[in-house]
Amino acid sequence: MIRARDAVLVLEDGQVYTGVPFGKEGSSLGEIVFSTGMSGYQETLTDPSYAGQIVLQTAPHIGNTGMNDTDAESDRIWVAGYIVRDVSRITSNFRSQRSLEDDLLRDGVVGISELDTRALTLHLRDVGVMRAGVFSGDEAKRPVTELIELVKASEPMAGRSLSDIVSTKEPYRVEHEGEYFGKISILDLGIKRSTIQNMTARGLDVIVYPARSSADVLLSENPDAVFYSNGPGDPSTAESQVAALREVLNKKIPFFGICFGNQLLGRALGFETYKLAFGHRGINQPVLDRTTGKVEVTAHNHGFAVKVEGGEVVPSPAGFGQVKVSHICLNDDVVEGLECVDIPAYSVQYHPEAAAGPHDANYLFDRLIEMIAENRKSKVN
Amino acid sequence: MPRREDIKSVLVIGSGPIVIGQACEFDYSGTQACRVLRAEGVRVILINSNPATIMTDPDFADATYIEPITPEIIESIIIKEKPDAILPTLGGQTALNAAMSLHELGILDKYNVELIGANVDAIRAGEDRQSFKQLVLDAGADVAKSVIAHTMDEVLSGAAQLGYPVVVRPSFTMGGLGSGFAYNEEDLRRIAGAGLQASPTTEVLLEESILGWKEYELELMRDKADNTVVVCSIENVDPVGVHTGDSITVAPALTLTDREYQRLRDIAIDIIRAVGVDTGGCNIQFAVEPDTGRIIVIEMNPRVSRSSALASKATGFPIAKIAAKLAIGYRLDEIPNDITKVTPASFEPTLDYIVVKVPRFAFEKFPAADATLTTTMKSVGEAMAIGRNFTQALQKSLRSLERRGSSFHWGEQTKSKDELVSISKVPTDGRIVTVQQAMRLGASIEEMFEATKIDPWFLEQIQYINQIAEELSSADKLTEDLMIFAKSHGFSDIQLAQLRGRTEEEVRHQRYEAGIRPVFKTVDTCAGEFPALTPYHYSTYEQQTEVRPSASRKVVIIGSGPNRIGQGVEFDYSCVHASFALHDAGFETIMINCNPETVSTDYDTSDRLYFEPLTLEDVLEVIHAESQSGELVGVVVQLGGQTALGLAQGLEQNGIPILGTTPDAIDLAEERGAFSKILDDAKLISPANGTAISLEESKVIANRIGYPVLVRPSFVLGGRGMEIVYDENSLEGYFDRIADQAIVGPKHPLLVDRFLDDAIEIDIDALFDGEQLYVGGVMEHIEEAGIHSGDSSCTLPPITLSDVQIDRVREATLKIAQGIGVRGLLNVQFALAHDVLYVLEANPRASRTVPFVSKALGITLAKAAALVMVGKSIAELVAEGHLPKQDGTHIPAGAAISVKEAVLPFKRFATKDGRFVDSLLGPEMRSTGEVMGIDVDFPTAFAKAQSAAGSALPTSGTIFISVADRDKHQVILPVRRLSQLGYKILATSGTAAILNRHGINATVVRKHSADDQAPAGPSIVELISAGEVDVVVNTPSGSDARKDGYEIRAATTAADAPIFTTIAQLSAAIGSFETVIAGPFGVRSLQEHAADRRALLA
Repeated sequence: MIRARDAVLVLEDGQVYTGVPFGKEGSSLGEIVFSTGMSGYQETLTDPSYAGQIVLQTAPHIGNTGMNDTDAESDRIWVAGYIVRDVSRITSNFRSQRSLEDDLLRDGVVGISELDTRALTLHLRDVGVMRAGVFSGDEAKRPVTELIELVKASEPMAGRSLSDIVSTKEPYRVEHEGEYFGKISILDLGIKRSTIQNMTARGLDVIVYPARSSADVLLSENPDAVFYSNGPGDPSTAESQVAALREVLNKKIPFFGICFGNQLLGRALGFETYKLAFGHRGINQPVLDRTTGKVEVTAHNHGFAVKVEGGEVVPSPAGFGQVKVSHICLNDDVVEGLECVDIPAYSVQYHPEAAAGPHDANYLFDRLIEMIAENRKSKVN
Repeated sequence: MPRREDIKSVLVIGSGPIVIGQACEFDYSGTQACRVLRAEGVRVILINSNPATIMTDPDFADATYIEPITPEIIESIIIKEKPDAILPTLGGQTALNAAMSLHELGILDKYNVELIGANVDAIRAGEDRQSFKQLVLDAGADVAKSVIAHTMDEVLSGAAQLGYPVVVRPSFTMGGLGSGFAYNEEDLRRIAGAGLQASPTTEVLLEESILGWKEYELELMRDKADNTVVVCSIENVDPVGVHTGDSITVAPALTLTDREYQRLRDIAIDIIRAVGVDTGGCNIQFAVEPDTGRIIVIEMNPRVSRSSALASKATGFPIAKIAAKLAIGYRLDEIPNDITKVTPASFEPTLDYIVVKVPRFAFEKFPAADATLTTTMKSVGEAMAIGRNFTQALQKSLRSLERRGSSFHWGEQTKSKDELVSISKVPTDGRIVTVQQAMRLGASIEEMFEATKIDPWFLEQIQYINQIAEELSSADKLTEDLMIFAKSHGFSDIQLAQLRGRTEEEVRHQRYEAGIRPVFKTVDTCAGEFPALTPYHYSTYEQQTEVRPSASRKVVIIGSGPNRIGQGVEFDYSCVHASFALHDAGFETIMINCNPETVSTDYDTSDRLYFEPLTLEDVLEVIHAESQSGELVGVVVQLGGQTALGLAQGLEQNGIPILGTTPDAIDLAEERGAFSKILDDAKLISPANGTAISLEESKVIANRIGYPVLVRPSFVLGGRGMEIVYDENSLEGYFDRIADQAIVGPKHPLLVDRFLDDAIEIDIDALFDGEQLYVGGVMEHIEEAGIHSGDSSCTLPPITLSDVQIDRVREATLKIAQGIGVRGLLNVQFALAHDVLYVLEANPRASRTVPFVSKALGITLAKAAALVMVGKSIAELVAEGHLPKQDGTHIPAGAAISVKEAVLPFKRFATKDGRFVDSLLGPEMRSTGEVMGIDVDFPTAFAKAQSAAGSALPTSGTIFISVADRDKHQVILPVRRLSQLGYKILATSGTAAILNRHGINATVVRKHSADDQAPAGPSIVELISAGEVDVVVNTPSGSDARKDGYEIRAATTAADAPIFTTIAQLSAAIGSFETVIAGPFGVRSLQEHAADRRALLA
């Protein structure tokens, strides 16, 4: 029963943890982050926003319900490495098709388990996220000093561009369901399937474009709206996407953005983005919707945020009129949503598509439909 | 939306006596509510009939009414106190039902009092099955196919429609009372018949069977701005078919994908909105079909529930506290998270640990009862444990039960694998161990799933534990790695010892040598995302500990573990009070307990809380962790009942200082020979007695001292195994019955005492500091000696004892205190027979009556005892105002009389053939709770106590009398008076003949259908069952007491009629019949009673 603790986790600040290896044997480098969701590990693993990150799950038992084809948010697991307290030895769920181990091996992800994940979480909370490496098999037998050097030599998340890695290479189209309402162009910076489903379910035809698509390309089919998706990396590296977005905004085409898309709207409007100490990653975050005064429990996965100072409504430094901070996180007052007063554009930092997480913020997709409808009306007038 | 300014005073309704299905979790929630409301500047008026609770402490409310929770009494309180609002959602089903009665009687409207926390429509919508079903369907969710029935005909046709088996659920009952599975028509007639009777609306619901489905619960909170959060998900390890209170449960849910979980969450939120719970909490139960995922909503409670208490302890999110704040107008986002302080309560806790709750049963108290677990709750308590994984939490929880055989073991197993698999098909107490044993013998996960429907994930975890055990026993050497590995899966030193053929001490020694110690993690609501400011800890075997060093002087208080009959909320009361007193005295208080229902396990109660099993190993580890900094002054063991006391010797042997009475002194009181010497030295006498370790020795003693004899094992609480034995045959029967319980042996001899017939039993609670004795109260039992003190009603002050007799009691108590060497609390029981005072037993610890004494006389014994244990003298405590100047020996004439009455759970326990177990009282305690009546005279106080206990005396009607021959001469006077008061008297032929001879008009009824001496017509059992008898007096005769009259008593229990099984009770009650006829009760708060006492003494 007792298994050799011959996997090693090395942090850039020199902390070393040993544990039991799982998944692929080998090594992986990335930014170590913790996620506090108690359910939805499959959605987390397959969320492209986690590309380049070694994810620690604070929930102790992972893998219990196995993996299936319907819950994946993309075609593969994106996390660079996986840290789990206890990996399930069996799967038990009527929808399970494969084990967690099966998919980790398929996608070549190195994992480490049976270590004090809480101690590690508290450490990251106190000193902030950092680079790390997970090593197993022969890789783990190298001297620790060598492993630390490897970690230190890896690329830091700040300043890192990952959109091209996770984005679709070719445009593709997904048809609406039910009654047709309109058409939306999506810039895929690491989009999740649930986001697309939420749009098609509302009667939208969706055209998904690669991350480097220009505004002309995005607008080539005369969409009713443009959407920027979630995705990994430092928003300050996404200059071409920000430039394209400004063109969209200048044309007053309705715009909606989620997560990375929110950060890019912020930058397009002339605000700065910054890196949070340890980010928001979980499915229990209280967000205040300032429009309704209601609190929603939401899914978060972001290490960067938009900086807006000077009040609830401030002018866009880039000249797009007034901008309202529409949503804030009640835990730490981080800006969680932007709403342009003078042009049809809004975005949120968190995940209304949930997956994993509560559906409280799902109304934000309804707002997209409302925005398109209003825009049509104002055009007619 | 801050708090409502229009609410300046709130009446909080408590939950009354502890009964199965409604226990001290409502003391926890009610206490939190009272604290919150007072902190908000609201005037709090409280009604609760249960004196053992912490909430009824006069410090927690502005006006505390220990009165029966009836609409009439509440109306009187409303008239007197004029509250702006009533908060009924924190007192269980009792409070909710009381609120609904107030509404229906128009009392709320009449006095313009608002219900807060839940409105009438929401309560109705949630509790009325038909409207709830519609709500669920409207929310797009599914319900089990069902039929509502109000008559037996409707029941039978409904079942024909649904097909067997069907589930029967009566409306508006608590804890699933009266519900069950019917596999055929015979079952159905029995269960539904009882259910129709149990339901206040004569309504039962019949449902398609969802037996074996996965069962989940969600705990939600919603504010008036429609912000809703799910505090906790709970998964039942035992699938549908076993009441959730009787199931092993785990938090968070472990076998759902996010999609499935979010579906439950969406449905739950839709339902709480539709029901209209807009300022508080609710609990929703789901069933999920394992192979399709079909979701059925089982039920919802629009109030704080037992599961809310569990969820609060499991997550650190204090549901009752927040519910009270929401009720007075706050929104969730305006309330800070207690634990992080910086984040708001409008979030959902996330756990980085696993919580397991296991039920504790008391079937050994009801040998005739069917021990099969069903949808009617039967457990009397529960233990919770926290671990970093499921195996650890499960093993910790099982050892928290403090019950022989409750933990997984790998000793001899005489049954075969197939036998064990077959046994595990029926859910019973301890089934999880049967499962473990079967799997140990090779049963596969598939086989066990087939037998139990327990999710394969949990079964695999049990298999894993067995595999680790196998590795532990087969390894050449218990290496450090192996030991740490075993510990991280929850193995105790005792289990390791068993697997390695060593002693617990040897294993512990080896572990200490290797430096293998647990670390302590924190329950922080957020999986470490934010710093936690509340030291609420649990142990695990990992790298980093989170116990913060402190330079304080520390006192560790050991709680009383899971509730059981004989050890319940009363002991928690004492522990909590000690903690408050010691904190105020400048000590850092450290509480260790594993009972999630209690106030002691509220992280607000003590300076530090360790949620840990109360075994020597686990307690030693907490003490070790806390000894790393500051100064450990000592450990308090005398307040946590037998659980804490039982640890005293072990702790002392490990060099831990025990505060107060020493472990050796504690043993003096328990060890018969030593105690006899103390009595001899003090020239006190006890009934003739002896000790035996075998049947043969017992016979010799019994023959020497003469039958009847009282037999009881030493070192037990609650009269476990205690019986009155009338002859040698019965003595043999007794040994047969206890044979497999291992409660008598060389280390634990049997005490055999001459039984004193017709003696008055007296209880005294006192405090001794080595020099001075301070009496808390002298209590006179209403039943004669022979009925366990916990089941007996008693009165304070005594109502028939003279001052001289009381002085003798006090003097004897002082001598015993000196003889034992008590430092702290002492409880002594005496019997007074023919003016001779016999000492029955002495217990140098907090007794069950400590809270009763404090409520009746305002003497806070537990707090004072804690201070005596850390060196204060009684003189100092009096001087500092901790104790009133005059102790409780003599109570001035004119002071209020308090009566304590026991509440018994017979209605929860049916025999295999579906009848209720016998309601006769005896020397073995079987009550689950108690109530108190307080008023100016005994009859009124007694009548109030009866009413509070749920057997209110009728103002008119029919009384049935059937007494044993020895009681016949004593029954005449009381019955004559009852007849004069206008009650119609029924009697069996023998009793009737004697009554008639005395000119009392008594109608003869047949005892049973074959009774030839009586006229034709229905038998008494039939009359009682038909509800035509309002009071039953039945005293059993002689040695065959259990058979005699059993059917009468069982029928009375079923019909909920008051029953008197001793003449002493009946005689005491006569004045009370007069009182209830005379008119409604008055009400007076404890604070007013205290002022009265001060005036009398001034």
